[in-house]
Amino acid sequence: MSALKDDSWLYVISSKKKLIDFNFKEIWQYRDLLFLFVKRNVITVYKQTILGPLWYLIQPLFTSVIFTVIFNDLAEIPTGVAPAFLFNLAGITSWNYFKECFVGTSNTFVSNQAIFGKVYFPRVIVPMSTVVSNLIKYGIQILVFIGFYLYYVFIKGKAIQPDSALLLFPVLVIVMGLLGLGFGMIISSMTTKYRDMTFLVNFGVQLLMYASAVMYPVSFFKKKLPSLAWLVEYNPMTTVIEAFRFMAFGVGDYSVEKLFYAVVFSVIIFLIGLVVFNKTEKSFIDTI
Amino acid sequence: MNKQVILKVEDISKQYRLGLISSKTLSDDLKLLWYNIRGKENPFLKVGEKNERDKLGDSNFVWALKNINFDVYEGEVLGIIGKNGAGKSTLLKLLSRVTSPTTGEIKTKGRIASLLEVGTGFHPELTGLENVFLNGAILGMTKKEISSKLDEIVAFSGCERYIDTPVKRYSSGMRVRLAFAVAAFLEPDILVIDEVLAVGDAEFQKKAIGKMQDISKGQGRTVLFVSHNMAAVKSLCTRAIVLENGQIAFSGATDESVSFYLKGGSQLQNSKVFDDSLFNNEVSNLNEISVKNSNKTISEAIVGDQVIELITVIDIKSSTPDRYHITYHLNNELGDPMFSFSSFKGGVKLKQGRNQLNCKFPKEFFQSGEFYLSFFLIEDKRKAVLHEKDILSFTVVEGQRDIGSYMGREPGYITPTFVWNHDN
Repeated sequence: MSALKDDSWLYVISSKKKLIDFNFKEIWQYRDLLFLFVKRNVITVYKQTILGPLWYLIQPLFTSVIFTVIFNDLAEIPTGVAPAFLFNLAGITSWNYFKECFVGTSNTFVSNQAIFGKVYFPRVIVPMSTVVSNLIKYGIQILVFIGFYLYYVFIKGKAIQPDSALLLFPVLVIVMGLLGLGFGMIISSMTTKYRDMTFLVNFGVQLLMYASAVMYPVSFFKKKLPSLAWLVEYNPMTTVIEAFRFMAFGVGDYSVEKLFYAVVFSVIIFLIGLVVFNKTEKSFIDTI
Repeated sequence: MNKQVILKVEDISKQYRLGLISSKTLSDDLKLLWYNIRGKENPFLKVGEKNERDKLGDSNFVWALKNINFDVYEGEVLGIIGKNGAGKSTLLKLLSRVTSPTTGEIKTKGRIASLLEVGTGFHPELTGLENVFLNGAILGMTKKEISSKLDEIVAFSGCERYIDTPVKRYSSGMRVRLAFAVAAFLEPDILVIDEVLAVGDAEFQKKAIGKMQDISKGQGRTVLFVSHNMAAVKSLCTRAIVLENGQIAFSGATDESVSFYLKGGSQLQNSKVFDDSLFNNEVSNLNEISVKNSNKTISEAIVGDQVIELITVIDIKSSTPDRYHITYHLNNELGDPMFSFSSFKGGVKLKQGRNQLNCKFPKEFFQSGEFYLSFFLIEDKRKAVLHEKDILSFTVVEGQRDIGSYMGREPGYITPTFVWNHDN
């Protein structure tokens, strides 16, 4: 027995915590679990509903209609060359993706405590699966957006055209995913001890939407409320949404520097989230 | 045999705090942070008490496990037994990496998969088949592995007919069967099993134990098995440890450990050696009383389905020993007298000097339960010269029963065997 060397152990369970313990090999081993979680998330949401996956479309479309009526027809917020409905749809689908990633991952520990309390698997699989399943949802919504886009261009004859920056669209998706995941992981870790976070998230997200240029262009905000413009401008989600509109319609508050800022911001948040999450996952089951 | 250590548990301790966790955490957290900043040791680790549930302690912190050390060898089936709250589940939780120890290390050479309360991760809306894949993946199998064993899993569960029905429509028994089937076909190096046999009917219990024997003996897998079902522990495990208040109270061969556990831990009740000052008068000196199974030692549990003997060692000083005899009263755990019996009726005469008397109860006479003996030394069949109430207590446990037979308790305290015949 004494001949055994310490390094011959497969792994060691101890109380010591490394700052970042991101075991890619292990996550790769569990890739099927990720896939099955995604499948579960997508399939089970609309089980025993009549409209089923149509709900994926109804929600953003109706919200866009309401926004158009309230903010554009009633409050007369200008949307530039883009038709108001399309303008809102672009904002809402992107915002929704971030929001669902964020809210979905923010209750990771609380809503999975039963299973986390029994079996070990890399916990990070769960928030990752939320982000991936929301990506599928987002993909469907983007298809609908493209459908309406084409309708406005060819049937209505609107003079809108995408910008070549559209090639950077995947970057936007990654930024949104990382932001949602990062914030979500931070909140979910804090929720294990302080349930107050759940309430904060629920209404905080709603308030945050108003600071993310979802239903107005940044240029309009700057003109009307220059004193508060920094709040909107430094919000990385504003950058993402404005960039998306710029890619789609050719107008918007977009520059490579701003995109770069959003990328850096999201990566930092993601890393912080990962560290916090790692620290929590080891023994959260005792305090939850 | 030179088997390798596959799992090494070194000085593991786990501390929990009692009471409402949320009431003071922020201040405790800040305190902890302050200690950390100054580079001092966690102040909360210094406090804490042995985990004795029924005693009130001063500290809010309690050690669910304290300084646990053991090695598990490859291919071994290790039973972990103990009363409720002894720390079994905490230990398994640490082993299966659900939570981390407060101090100490667990080193392993193989992948550990746990089977804690099977059926976790079943999604009620998904069909049986979908859940097999999901559950398998949660337990660490890849899709390919599951697919290759799918037919076996479904057949083993006996749920073929329902496999495309959402699990929410399953009976609880079916759910357990399906979950156990998935886990049984898992191929980790070390399998951790907790109380799986609590549910499921006799037929399935038999099947499950058979499968586990297969896993451990046939495939040489290492298994850690926690259960209250002593019959299962006895038939499966090669070695067992007994936990008591978060510490290892006993570790050894399965039979010895089970006996140790069934006897109620470290204190011996069923045998007493008396000091000369205790029951010593001019007539006699009572030295020793003990109750045990005939073919076993006093430190082993007393089983009801074997002959039980009562041994009395007494010195008679009187020169007329014929005048004396011994009577016992047997009471049940409520203190109700059950019957009395005596050496006189048993046809044994006391002699001057040392007497070692042996009284045998036939097998399958006592029900399981706790019994109390009161001792009397009678002079001239009418006067008690020595009398001690509840001088000894002993616990009778059930013998091994066939898996699948009735596991409950019969009514009453004794189950005498009478003479039965056909009259025609």
